[in-house]
Amino acid sequence: MLEPITHPAGRSLLFGRLTLDSLPFLKPDLEGHIVLATLVGVLLGGLAILGIVTKKRLWGYLWNEWFTSVDHKKLGIMYMILGTVMLLRGFADAVMMRAQQAVAFGPNMGYLPPEHYDQIFTAHGSIMIFFVAMAYIVGLINYVMPLQIGSRDVAFPFLNNLSFWFTFWGAITFMVSLFVGDFSTAGWLGYPPVSELQQGPGVDYYIWGLQLSGVGTLLSGVNFVVTIIKMRAPGMTMMKMPVFTWTSLCTSGLIIATFPVLTATLLLLSLDRYVGTHFFTSDFGGNVMMYINLIWVWGHPEVYILILPIFGIYSEIVPTFSGKPLFGYSSMVYATCAIMILSYLVWLHHFFTMGSGADVNSFFALTTMIISIPTGVKIFNWLFTMYRGRVHFTVPMLWTMGFLFTFTIGGMTGVMLSVAPADFLLHNSLFLIAHFHNVIIGGVVFGVFAGVNYWFPKAFGFKLDEFWGKASFWFWQIGFWLAFGPLYIMGFMGVTRRLSHFDNPALQPYFIVAGIGAALIALGIGSFVLQIAISILRRKQYAVGGDPWNGRTLEWATSSPPPGYNFAFTPNVHQRDAWMDMKKHGYQRPLEGFNDIHMPSNTAAGVVIGVLSFACCFALVWYIWWLAAASFVGVIVASIVHTFNYHRDYYIPKDEVRTFEHSGNWQPESQGANA
Amino acid sequence: MSTTAVDSAGIARSPFLCHEEPHAHNGTLLGFWIYLMSDCFIFASLFACYAVLGTSTAGGPTAAEVLDLHGLAVNTALLLVSSVTFGFAMLEMARRKKGAVLLWLAVSGLLAAGFVTLELREFASMIADGAGPGRSAFLSSFFTLVGTHGLHVSVGILWLIVLMVQLGKFGFNEANIRRMQCLSMFWHFLDLVWVGVFSFVYLAGVLR
Repeated sequence: MLEPITHPAGRSLLFGRLTLDSLPFLKPDLEGHIVLATLVGVLLGGLAILGIVTKKRLWGYLWNEWFTSVDHKKLGIMYMILGTVMLLRGFADAVMMRAQQAVAFGPNMGYLPPEHYDQIFTAHGSIMIFFVAMAYIVGLINYVMPLQIGSRDVAFPFLNNLSFWFTFWGAITFMVSLFVGDFSTAGWLGYPPVSELQQGPGVDYYIWGLQLSGVGTLLSGVNFVVTIIKMRAPGMTMMKMPVFTWTSLCTSGLIIATFPVLTATLLLLSLDRYVGTHFFTSDFGGNVMMYINLIWVWGHPEVYILILPIFGIYSEIVPTFSGKPLFGYSSMVYATCAIMILSYLVWLHHFFTMGSGADVNSFFALTTMIISIPTGVKIFNWLFTMYRGRVHFTVPMLWTMGFLFTFTIGGMTGVMLSVAPADFLLHNSLFLIAHFHNVIIGGVVFGVFAGVNYWFPKAFGFKLDEFWGKASFWFWQIGFWLAFGPLYIMGFMGVTRRLSHFDNPALQPYFIVAGIGAALIALGIGSFVLQIAISILRRKQYAVGGDPWNGRTLEWATSSPPPGYNFAFTPNVHQRDAWMDMKKHGYQRPLEGFNDIHMPSNTAAGVVIGVLSFACCFALVWYIWWLAAASFVGVIVASIVHTFNYHRDYYIPKDEVRTFEHSGNWQPESQGANA
Repeated sequence: MSTTAVDSAGIARSPFLCHEEPHAHNGTLLGFWIYLMSDCFIFASLFACYAVLGTSTAGGPTAAEVLDLHGLAVNTALLLVSSVTFGFAMLEMARRKKGAVLLWLAVSGLLAAGFVTLELREFASMIADGAGPGRSAFLSSFFTLVGTHGLHVSVGILWLIVLMVQLGKFGFNEANIRRMQCLSMFWHFLDLVWVGVFSFVYLAGVLR
């Protein structure tokens, strides 16, 4: 599949460069059989799901209630499902890598040829960041933030639906590469010259998948900022916003200011690949390091895009389960803003070895060290919130404590890497791999699980099973350290990343331990899936009302799950922790006097534009120019047709509101404030 | 605040609720402005590339050799005047004069179309002279930066045509007025970017 493509012109008019040779499952080797077996599995699974949906006549329900929905809560749930499915895919890649590295020593070349291995680590990294972490983040913000600010939806409900479909089809673009052609081998950031034209269509899958999801994320960022600025409940001034909303705002600001850089960088890479420009080539004046700089101008803020909302999740969980207001609210807000700004000033620490000189390296080393200060402020705020609190060791709180422990160590190894001379030794080593997994798993993944356990009862009206939640936590926590502790040690010894085979047999025990760690993490993921399945089966037993945790913020003021309109009356906010304030003052939920509620209507435009965009991207990957042109025109026409629809809203009649307010899932009502 | 007042209809009113629906803010203009700022970052990346690669001519033509300042003067004039005429359209919209609005929009669209035509002719003649985007990194970044701006103007023209149809058909309804305001921002934004291209690429390139 790696034959050089010297001329980017299509080979056949109908199918471009897509031929039967592009289908890896038709190859008679081991790799071909593995792909074929996977394909058969996916097809059987897919057909089974389609069969069930058809048999139970769910198509209409799915179409009307989910696919075309503009409800931020449903879109949030769809993002979470997408993130979970992609987590399984990305984790399968991780297991394959761990298995390969545990056996590929000396004469044993392992079961994965190097080129296949390269595709796997590329897919693992890019899927985990773009379609797991980002999907989870956007999903959680989508679900929770509008409820926290007492709003009925986001500012642009249709764009929200469109964003989801862009992200979804971006993920599908990645997944299609499993069965049609191959995937990029250039690493999760697609560094040239590996990602230049010598590489086959795999890089194009990477580029177009990211372009689709990148546009979706950018639109989400704009949407969230406008929602937070314009749609807060009366009385909720900026410094009365819940911290999760604050971190959502800062993350969205980062998205707006960095995702365009990603879009532009990938555009330049695709120009190099499609029309023969010389941005990142090594001849004709191109500059490879410019790509590395540009991609990290996006890439470093990106890791803060991931972690800031997660900090927000912990800032909601810790006060709730400590029965106290958050310690140092203002310092938390200022620390978040400081991190937002500083995150722009550290990108060069990803390539101190570029040779930019001592002064430049010192500047970026210092900014990198400085950014750990506001992060430290946050850690102490959470600790002081717990201090002298009555801490409830629920599953969300366990994840939070696991985070405090794990993330702090990951932060410290990050400060070690920020020392430029040390980085010359640790650059591209397994130490780096251990470090960023330490902060991304210990920070983002733990936070997502904490958030899912915390807000699941709000979204579905029943709690998640405690036992399997705790099992999942402990498997992850122990598995993480077993999997990445050896990587820290080997990184110190100078073992570099992305190797599919080792000569030194002395390293094998470390990789075997790391493999056992991955197996424990697999049990952790299994426990999570089991936790959800068991909780669904026992949903009657686990049923809760609107406020199961004695929460403090407005999302707990409405029913679980909330009605489409969120709040029968928009809340009027007087203080921080508005719901706690309402409970303390003996707030009684009104049961009469409702008004009609103005809501946005569903639309199919997002689905249509999403499908057409995917067709366009697929056609571009394979140089099927007629399809690319037709679907591109289709996207434009569909967008224009959508603008001719001037009737995008409707009113929920007050009788309907009254019916829900008398029947919704409120009981048992909160027992009132006890903080 | 623990006491709940009772209104004339005998329904309890809580100080924690808005019993009248608060006026919904329309965030479209803010959202569009933020989108423009994000677009700014795309241009910023392309400007940065041009700054890095502007002299990487790989033995090919330099900026001073290929850029034509005379064509540029006409080009720039067309685009800047189209911004003025778009302003006239906005003024006429304030007076709710549909015919005049459509007229000024048509003038703006034609001027912008002239701009794009001249730009495409410049591109075509450069490519014919062997100075295409594949010749050197300098030319790659030149074509991409200028071309991305031209593509934005073309999208603006398409949007303008659609909006003229919608104004003609549905008149000055709330949505159309909002869309005019957004397109107006887009139009002036592209002008501003062009001032950057014009100074940074053309003037600085010829002086270099």
